[in-house]
Amino acid sequence: MANLLELRNVSKTYTQGIINPKSTVALQDISLTLKEDKPTIMTVAGESGSGKTTLAMLLLGFITPTTGQIIYRGKDITQLTGEDKLAFRREVQAVFQDPFAVFNPFYTVDHLLTVPIKKFKLAKTKAQARDKMDEALTAVGLRSEDVLGRFPHQLSGGQRQRINVARALLLKPRLLVADEPVSMVDASLRASILETLRNLQRDHGVSIIYITHDLTTAYHIAKSIIVLYRGGVMEAGNVDEVIKSPQHPYTRLLVDSIPWPNLNQRWGTDTIKARETGGSATGCPFRSRCPVAMDKCAVQPPLFQMHKTQAAACYLHEANPKIAAERLSELLPV
Amino acid sequence: MVNTQERTAGSGTTRGAAEPPVLRVEKLEVTYYTDAGRAKALDDVSFTLQAGQKLGMVGESGSGKSTLALAMMRMIKAPGRIEGGKVFVGEVELMGLNDEEMRKSRLSRIAYIPQGAMNSLNPVLRIGAQLVDAIKSHRSGDSKAEIEQRCVHALKSVDLDARVFRMFPHELSGGMKQRVCIAIGILLEPQVIIADEPTSALDVVTQRQVMETIDRVKDQINAAVILIGHDMGLMAQFVDRVAVMYSGRLVEVSTVREMFTDPKHPYAKALISSLPNLDNKGVFQGIPGLAPSLLRLPFGCAFHPRCSQVMEVCKSKRPLTRNLQSGRLVTCHLFDQEA
Repeated sequence: MANLLELRNVSKTYTQGIINPKSTVALQDISLTLKEDKPTIMTVAGESGSGKTTLAMLLLGFITPTTGQIIYRGKDITQLTGEDKLAFRREVQAVFQDPFAVFNPFYTVDHLLTVPIKKFKLAKTKAQARDKMDEALTAVGLRSEDVLGRFPHQLSGGQRQRINVARALLLKPRLLVADEPVSMVDASLRASILETLRNLQRDHGVSIIYITHDLTTAYHIAKSIIVLYRGGVMEAGNVDEVIKSPQHPYTRLLVDSIPWPNLNQRWGTDTIKARETGGSATGCPFRSRCPVAMDKCAVQPPLFQMHKTQAAACYLHEANPKIAAERLSELLPV
Repeated sequence: MVNTQERTAGSGTTRGAAEPPVLRVEKLEVTYYTDAGRAKALDDVSFTLQAGQKLGMVGESGSGKSTLALAMMRMIKAPGRIEGGKVFVGEVELMGLNDEEMRKSRLSRIAYIPQGAMNSLNPVLRIGAQLVDAIKSHRSGDSKAEIEQRCVHALKSVDLDARVFRMFPHELSGGMKQRVCIAIGILLEPQVIIADEPTSALDVVTQRQVMETIDRVKDQINAAVILIGHDMGLMAQFVDRVAVMYSGRLVEVSTVREMFTDPKHPYAKALISSLPNLDNKGVFQGIPGLAPSLLRLPFGCAFHPRCSQVMEVCKSKRPLTRNLQSGRLVTCHLFDQEA
């Protein structure tokens, strides 16, 4: 079984300053594997500053890892050249958070769809290009006569975001990195975009990495979840298990703070400790805010595996067997 | 000082037996005159709010939520115009005030925390300077020490350290900046606070913190809060009553419990049933169709092309807002008989 994508102990550190450099660990030692023949939807969740977007940027090849390797279909993505690089650019697509910012307001939305067709020589004739565009738009539930020829400001946020998904789909990607695709879209349109993404995975065999801070949508769309905090994996596993019975204190805080649209399911009442800026360089990154922090948390806890498909990096679960960070993918159902 | 005296008088009457509402909006209408035609962004909007109450204002983008907030602040800019209606805060009718009186009323009677407020802080001024500015433009004669003390008090009430007074916006996180904006909003202890999507750019944990802060300061100054947003989950957790807007009209106003257990208007019903929760994993139910353009509103009820219970009358006759039992407001022909 070939691997579509493999992250080998990837870390990213941002350094600023020359004389007195300060570095921030944005992502720490992540290992992850996506199989080529089993398309899945994986959520990467965490609050702002947890390293979610850094992960997306790494996966898309926009930035290079400080240590570790990202292997796409057997090749390190930082070493790709020529045809391989073009293939990578085509097969790994992105949908970003802001459906307003990705459009150039001077062009009609057709521009966003025709450029990749030309660039990757997907069509021989204009008619063929038009057919491809029709097909992609239909797949995301839009009618081409409704949207083509219009300017971005004439379309709603939901329509624009679906055009972004259509553009990604046009290129027949193998991997879609969706960075907060619905956070700026109306609640009533979220459902249709999420459904579009799920159909993409189910019918077109596209693996999706769904990056979000919204555990509600993550629960509904994904099969597996990785919870990040300050660049480290706090908890990982089956999305049902992690959200219904969170084991790491941080995941508990996150799940407790979801505003469920249900009057009988109230917000948590524990007071939240404010996040410090800076924070401790060693040990569990969450320990300054953790309500049950212990002395030994000063040493970074490894992942302890509770079930076949759930593990948490917390000494509360010390009794369970350790699982090496490299084997993270084994916890994640596909 | 005039403001303070008036408010004391006002809050004295609210404690009386009749409990007059602190906010009364009557038949508010706003139209935007664009090149493409007239867009009626607010059509006959009326509601009341008691002191200490929290009202959630929900609706799709373009339904008029933010226009309502701006109209109440009298901050509608051309090509928009307030065509009619009245807004009472306590005894004072805002639409009848002259410009200078209205300027004084903003922040002292009614405060508005705009969408993305945290990006509206001036990056080259310290937080303290921006707070002091807000006080100075409304009250003269306070000593420097008094003003500073007031600012630090406001910062403390939103859980920020007094140190923040001397900091620049870039030194604060998103949640902290948002809380600074709330602090500015409550500096002069207004009777009504309008918060337009105060947490849309924040993650869930920070969101909860910010909402808890708003809740606490609301109790401290006994203000009424209007929360504008489209996250029904947040509404369920935070507000007492929910108002649903569609194409510039209020289609339903109910208590949060009634709204979630027994919504009346078909749009509110669709909205509630489209909500994700723990029991319906993987079911994505949107509301079919798109919100109509305000320039080309359908005849009759604006929701009729998307409505599942559409009747003949909906296509020709504009429904009136009916007052059902227990103060629920519904704008739908289905309830023409019940009222």
